[in-house]
Amino acid sequence: MSEKPGLSRRTFVFGSVAVAGGVAFGQYGQAQPAPSAAASNPLMADLGPNSVSFNPWVEISPEKITLIAQHADKGQGVGSIQPLMIAEELDLEPGQFEVRFAGPSPAYFNTGFAHELAPFMAADQSPEAEKARAAALEWLRKAGLQMTGGSSAIPDTYEKLRMAGAIARETLKAAAAKRTGIAVVDLRTEAGSVILPDGTKIPYVALSADAAKITPVAVAKLREPSQWRILGKPMERLDIRSKVTGEMKFGIDRTMDGMVYAAVKLNPNKGQPIKSYDASKAQSMPGVQTILKISNGIAVIATNSWYAMQAAEMVDCIWEPSKYPAEQADHWNVVAASFAPQFLGKEWRNDGKIDAGLNDGTLVEAEYRAPYVGHQPLEPLNGIGIVTDKGMEIWVGHQTPQSVQYIAATAIGMKPEQVTFHNEWMGGSFGHRLEFENVRVLAEIANQMRGIPVKLIFSRKEDFLQDIPRQIAMGRCRGSVNGGKIMAADLQVAATAPFKELQARMGAPTKDPDGQLAVGIWNVYYNIPNYRATSFEVQGLSPSTTWRSVGASANGFFTESFIDELIHAAGLDPLMARIEMCKIPIYRKLMETVGEMADWKGPLGSGKGRGVAFVESFGTAVAEIVEVTMTGAGIKIDKVWVAADVGKIIDPVNFENLVQGGVVWGLGHAMNCELTYAKGAVQQTNYNHHEAMRMYQCPVIEVRGLENDYTVRGIGEPPVPPAAPALANAIFAATGKRIREMPFNKFIDFV
Amino acid sequence: MFDITVNGVRHQVDVVPEMPLLWVLRDELGITSPKYGCGIAQCGACTVQVNGAAVRSCQARMVDIAGKAITTIEAVGNGKLHPVQEAWIEHQVPQCGYCQTGQIMQAISLLKLNPQPSDEDINKVMSGNLCRCGTYERIRLAIHTAAQKIGGN
Repeated sequence: MSEKPGLSRRTFVFGSVAVAGGVAFGQYGQAQPAPSAAASNPLMADLGPNSVSFNPWVEISPEKITLIAQHADKGQGVGSIQPLMIAEELDLEPGQFEVRFAGPSPAYFNTGFAHELAPFMAADQSPEAEKARAAALEWLRKAGLQMTGGSSAIPDTYEKLRMAGAIARETLKAAAAKRTGIAVVDLRTEAGSVILPDGTKIPYVALSADAAKITPVAVAKLREPSQWRILGKPMERLDIRSKVTGEMKFGIDRTMDGMVYAAVKLNPNKGQPIKSYDASKAQSMPGVQTILKISNGIAVIATNSWYAMQAAEMVDCIWEPSKYPAEQADHWNVVAASFAPQFLGKEWRNDGKIDAGLNDGTLVEAEYRAPYVGHQPLEPLNGIGIVTDKGMEIWVGHQTPQSVQYIAATAIGMKPEQVTFHNEWMGGSFGHRLEFENVRVLAEIANQMRGIPVKLIFSRKEDFLQDIPRQIAMGRCRGSVNGGKIMAADLQVAATAPFKELQARMGAPTKDPDGQLAVGIWNVYYNIPNYRATSFEVQGLSPSTTWRSVGASANGFFTESFIDELIHAAGLDPLMARIEMCKIPIYRKLMETVGEMADWKGPLGSGKGRGVAFVESFGTAVAEIVEVTMTGAGIKIDKVWVAADVGKIIDPVNFENLVQGGVVWGLGHAMNCELTYAKGAVQQTNYNHHEAMRMYQCPVIEVRGLENDYTVRGIGEPPVPPAAPALANAIFAATGKRIREMPFNKFIDFV
Repeated sequence: MFDITVNGVRHQVDVVPEMPLLWVLRDELGITSPKYGCGIAQCGACTVQVNGAAVRSCQARMVDIAGKAITTIEAVGNGKLHPVQEAWIEHQVPQCGYCQTGQIMQAISLLKLNPQPSDEDINKVMSGNLCRCGTYERIRLAIHTAAQKIGGN
């Protein structure tokens, strides 16, 4: 275990609630060269003549301005808002700059994980909490991990990208002052130019050579939000038009001269190799050039993706059987048997006296289940790779550039620095593009086709079969109510460890408990005198990984369903009781707001019901109310109200879109989706088996964003966790039927 | 060899008769706006127009398509944005955007057949187009806006 610089173990047990992985990432710090000019600004290495780069995010040549998007864009809009945060301070207008995704570099380390790494709840502003966050930030700086995820893009970049723009602006002004002899205070900037007192404009591009000769000017203060031209107001995302005209090129759309097309058939027993194969039927099919063996399957190289996919289907393969149970029922048996000391992850909280509390009043017990679920973004996994004797060049949409280098290099016996990575616009991810199956397989194939660009596309079936799912989880909950009050709640979760497993696959294994299994049972803000939260880590099942909102996607369902059961047992109103029990004023305000939006007045009657849920994940508190009607054809979702507090809303239209999308994601999968294993393979191989939500089931979703939190928070994932419990609680209110297992359509029909 | 006319341009392609139009467009002609999502008409990302009607190009075999006029999103506006595209921009529908070319092609077809669709009409026709990012509400609003735009012309 590596040392944790500057952190006292007594006050700061790293990784204890580490979403971003705690100590394990120390390996990245060690792998990186000591900080140098190149490491502090990777743009310097490839800078052309007469060009300037002020920092890792801004590059100006005599021809053009390029802004670097550090976080990868998988649809959440950061390919737009990151450059616009720079443009706000740099006084650029949309259309005056190009956007390029960042290459791998520790300069792009993610500061946004600092809050998640520090073992303090989001609402805790104590000096100890802030100290731990500052220490976590220093650790992240040393680790140099560049990752898009954990709803961290805005928290990471809100300050630093505006500062990057401000420094560039002031340095360009200094260059103009030097050239013209006019004092800096008499210069201003607007729309890509420095403007002299007489109105003469000097375009930034005309100052690039001069600006390169001066040290970037320090800036003490950023502009106040009241001065913003772009941010905080409805704006058009930079990528909207190209996505509406069809011009946008996703990774799957890239072509290269002389490239060949590859499709694969891989062992559906995840993690296991191929034993043998017979390609005699496939070999002679149209378009087929060659068929290759790779470590866990075969690859067909053809003149067109469809020929390659058709032929791959026809290769007969003999697989090594799975190491995990072949049948789904046995997966559940293993989970159920994991509530045992030898599988203890951690007791995250133990307030009051839980045993005495449980004996005080009426005991309520319930067991909940959350199945494996697939990510299945609509753009299937793909990539282009070329391997030569010198190294590999890879074009693939991914959230962790350094890990792509590591995985590809390891697969073909090279060093990570021999892999040149280019990111792509992604057609969704939801956690899928934090994993590596396409990267590893592409490296293996391209290594056998040296010198030739290989374009790999997973068929949808293959993508389903290889999708490393959301963790499988069970919640066992006990609680007690007495005299109209909740006296105790004891929440135990047994689940596979999604983030810990991802870390291991990234080459950074850890023995620390998976902090994601704490989220949603630990950071619970109700005033319940006796409260315990414990995680158990299930061993020996299917690999699992981060799925939009990760631990909270299951735990939030368990906790907020069980709290609802306790509130019901105590004879209280589900919303009023939550507000009354909530210890954090801004979270109470959030729940009051969602109540006002829905005009909450208690039970509705006549087959209608409303459910509420409140979950904080990734620091962002979200409250949702779902209204349903029981009809002759099943449950109909009438409407959803959402209130979310992110401290500051930077991109209001996109904020609303992401919240609505998060609710659709949370509801759709809770209603309709699970992945199940049979003979070691996932049984669901296309969207007709794993539909999530289609338009006919999608309600109107009314969104309100609040700005009461003391720091800026993300919104990509936090709207997901409250959706499932709010729906289940609404179904209970409408029908009296308590659904404790996802997907709900196993227990009730939906219209 | 098959003859195929895409956006008014004639091409000859040398593929097997069963090859779906989607892969002819993408891999043979380099037209990448129709997307591969599912391959079995479950997602609608590959939707194009064949003789004016919305078709899942992953299910249209070359042998059945040859000689017909194919329109992809590049040509729906005749050099301008189609009112449906304008509405999509006004409502900022896309997130990842991967499904949206298919959604727009389906919406154009819907509005041709039903110029003033209700929410229910929209749900019925558009439920064949998956959006994993969950932009359905904005799609509904954009279709209503587009209907007004087209009706007002």
